[in-house]
Amino acid sequence: MTQLRVESLSKTFGGVHAVAGLSFEVARGAVHSVIGPNGAGKTTLLNLLTGIYVPSSGRIAFEGDDLTGRAPHEFAARGIARTFQNLQVFSNMSALENVMVGRYLHERCSLLAAMLRLPRVARAERECREESAELMRFVGLGTYLSAAAAALPYGALKRLEIARALATRPKMALLDEPAAGLNPTETLAMDELIGRMAGLGITVVLVEHNMRLVMGVSDHILVLDYGQKLAEGTAEAVREDPRVIEAYLGAAER
Amino acid sequence: MLAHLAAPRTRGLLALAAFIALLPLALSNAYYYDVAVLVGLNAIVCVGLNLLIGYAGQISLGHAGFFGLGAYGSAVLTARFGWPPVAALGAATAGVMALAFMIGRPILRLKGHYLAVATLGMGVIISIVVATEDRLTGGPDGMAVPPLALFGTAVQGERAWYWLTGALLLAAVWLALNLVDSPPGRALRALHSTEVGAEVVGIDSARHKVMVFVVSAAFAAVAGSLNAHYAGFVTPAKVTFLHSIELVTMVVFGGMASTFGAVIGAAVLTTLPQLLTLFKDYEMVVFGAVMMGTMVFLPRGLVPSLAALARRTRP
Amino acid sequence: MSAAFVQYLLTGLTVGAIYALVALGFSIIYNASQVINFAQGEFVMIGGMGAVWLSAAGLPLPLAVVLAVAAATLVGLALEKLAVEPARGAPVVVLIIITIGASIFLRGLATIVWDKKLHVLQPFSGDAPIAVLGATILPQSLWVLGVTLLIVLLLAWFFGRTLLGKAMLATSHNRLAAQLVGVNVRSLLCLSFGLSAALGAVAGVLVAPITLTSYDVGVMLGLKGFAAAILGGMGSGAGAVVGGLVLGIAESMSAGYVSSAYKDVIAFAIMLSVLFFMPSGLLGKRASDRV
Repeated sequence: MTQLRVESLSKTFGGVHAVAGLSFEVARGAVHSVIGPNGAGKTTLLNLLTGIYVPSSGRIAFEGDDLTGRAPHEFAARGIARTFQNLQVFSNMSALENVMVGRYLHERCSLLAAMLRLPRVARAERECREESAELMRFVGLGTYLSAAAAALPYGALKRLEIARALATRPKMALLDEPAAGLNPTETLAMDELIGRMAGLGITVVLVEHNMRLVMGVSDHILVLDYGQKLAEGTAEAVREDPRVIEAYLGAAER
Repeated sequence: MLAHLAAPRTRGLLALAAFIALLPLALSNAYYYDVAVLVGLNAIVCVGLNLLIGYAGQISLGHAGFFGLGAYGSAVLTARFGWPPVAALGAATAGVMALAFMIGRPILRLKGHYLAVATLGMGVIISIVVATEDRLTGGPDGMAVPPLALFGTAVQGERAWYWLTGALLLAAVWLALNLVDSPPGRALRALHSTEVGAEVVGIDSARHKVMVFVVSAAFAAVAGSLNAHYAGFVTPAKVTFLHSIELVTMVVFGGMASTFGAVIGAAVLTTLPQLLTLFKDYEMVVFGAVMMGTMVFLPRGLVPSLAALARRTRP
Repeated sequence: MSAAFVQYLLTGLTVGAIYALVALGFSIIYNASQVINFAQGEFVMIGGMGAVWLSAAGLPLPLAVVLAVAAATLVGLALEKLAVEPARGAPVVVLIIITIGASIFLRGLATIVWDKKLHVLQPFSGDAPIAVLGATILPQSLWVLGVTLLIVLLLAWFFGRTLLGKAMLATSHNRLAAQLVGVNVRSLLCLSFGLSAALGAVAGVLVAPITLTSYDVGVMLGLKGFAAAILGGMGSGAGAVVGGLVLGIAESMSAGYVSSAYKDVIAFAIMLSVLFFMPSGLLGKRASDRV
């Protein structure tokens, strides 16, 4: 069941074709990885898929709806969540509040109701707090429930972004290099967390450099090079593809 | 229920209420009450402006424009058209909110210095219009304003105004504190931290910026209206760039992202010029020096700097 | 061409040249430090008031002018060293308050050292109007236009041909890279303030015989010079000049043909329109964001 369909997507900056004529599909509930050398256009692709960049041409359809050219908050409202390679954590709040912000789409709270702190708002706040704490435990941040976001170590911040993304109750989560900067133990924990997310029925689209993680967790891999599709398929197919080996995997075959 | 009472928000509100209730013991004559009323009205503006500057991370160098429009709106409606003061206050505030809504969209697409300057331009245009349309506004000399009337009786005298302003300040602080700890409030703080991060969780940052701009304009307009009735007159001096700067300085001085900081900032920087009239000719020099000095040495503002100091010296 | 049109044009060019000089000052500082110096108008004031005071004290006019400009330059250097440098890296709103505080401080100082009255400076070469195409122009206006042209040419030479000028431009494009190739960024920052102050003071001296001067003449001139810089494109020298002239002419024309009461609004209305529709101005660089 195709959930995301990308058709002839292109993004040009000045003279640089960051993404060129890219077409692919993502199945619902799958773990779909996007790999490629640096500069292949992976982060640009994620920015396009969350509305942060407007495509120069092409089409993005999610669950049948054409989302091309919409604003980022509209992509989020459709159920697409995202984490960042360069963390975009809200460092002026506590870790818990970061996750609570993630629930924004599901908190129907008018400005007036908020300012008057109507009883249902107060109740909703308590529920929000509890659910956010649950999410933090789910991603393994139970010890940081009362910490300020700015005080968390790097590995915890990556998981905090995931908790925040999960708080949006997404149908699809785009993770931009979630294992970057993590040591082997933390990477293993991330691997396991991605599995648990998929277990919740969330489609996971993963941009990663860590081949062991990618090969272990993916149902489907898309290989990019110079903004274009180089190959795609299952982990075995991609591993054997001579074009991929030549362009990228050769050195990491071990 | 008791846990709720012990929350820092509630404690702060109770402390402020206690302070307002007990301050009259220290105020010995009408002049001091007058200063207290002016502090209270400025504090109401600053609490709103702090939501915009401190929490949402935007800037406005034109908020005296909203204050002035609230003041002139009330003045014109009551003095020239005979409206009841409370209705005039409501109408003026609604008008200012509508204006802020219309200007907000295009202006808040700008950031940093550009946003600062655009709001400055807006404020200056408002002040020129107000000073030039003299048939309506009395021009550079201003116009007289009838007293405020609540439930048929006029509110007159510094003492009566003190209690009215105190109550309204408490209400303003309560509203602001509620907003900060709510989904819209967190959305504002989020977009201050990283707009991309906020957008990606579904926050329409443009809409929120306009929203907080309108709310802060409303606070300013209400305070302006009240100021007009309290003083009994309005002049274009209330709408100047200098007044906008004073308001921003109060917010930044007290501590951004701190509602009580905004109140304290208003208190300090409203009483300071009163002290400075002792200096007569040195008023501008001292005020300018204070502005520069506090920004250079306490860039995070008074309340956060003191809080940091307290944390460091705790054993 | 009607005589009225020529008159408005000449007035507009003259006042536009002044705006151009002030705008150049803004652009130079903005380029060097990303700071908008709200005290720029006060340099204009110091130039004019200083020259008035010194020549009233008996100094010959040329000497008074030179000393007034020098004094403003020193004030500019002091401002940078004492108020701007200690606050490097502070958020935008803090920097804005610092320079505004400086402008209030300088105005207050002016009321103490001088007074709050209006003063007139003796015109450089008399005040007999010269007839041009049916309109008249004051000799002082010719001075304004001539000196402004000279300054623009000098600055073009400085930024385009000298090593120091090119270093300043390099710093504005990429501060870190400039530091890495050995440019002393701190002293360039100082220099930029001094240069801008000198430009402002020259403008003040030039215009004082025409429009009179007082302790608060810098407020409106500063704001309008700033609007001109935005119109031309913040950070662009050519833009500052073009912006200044366009603004001056627009203001003069609308005051003449539309309404003189709202003359001051024109500058800000133009500025807001530029910010809304064309934020990089007429000649500025178009910025694109990378996430």
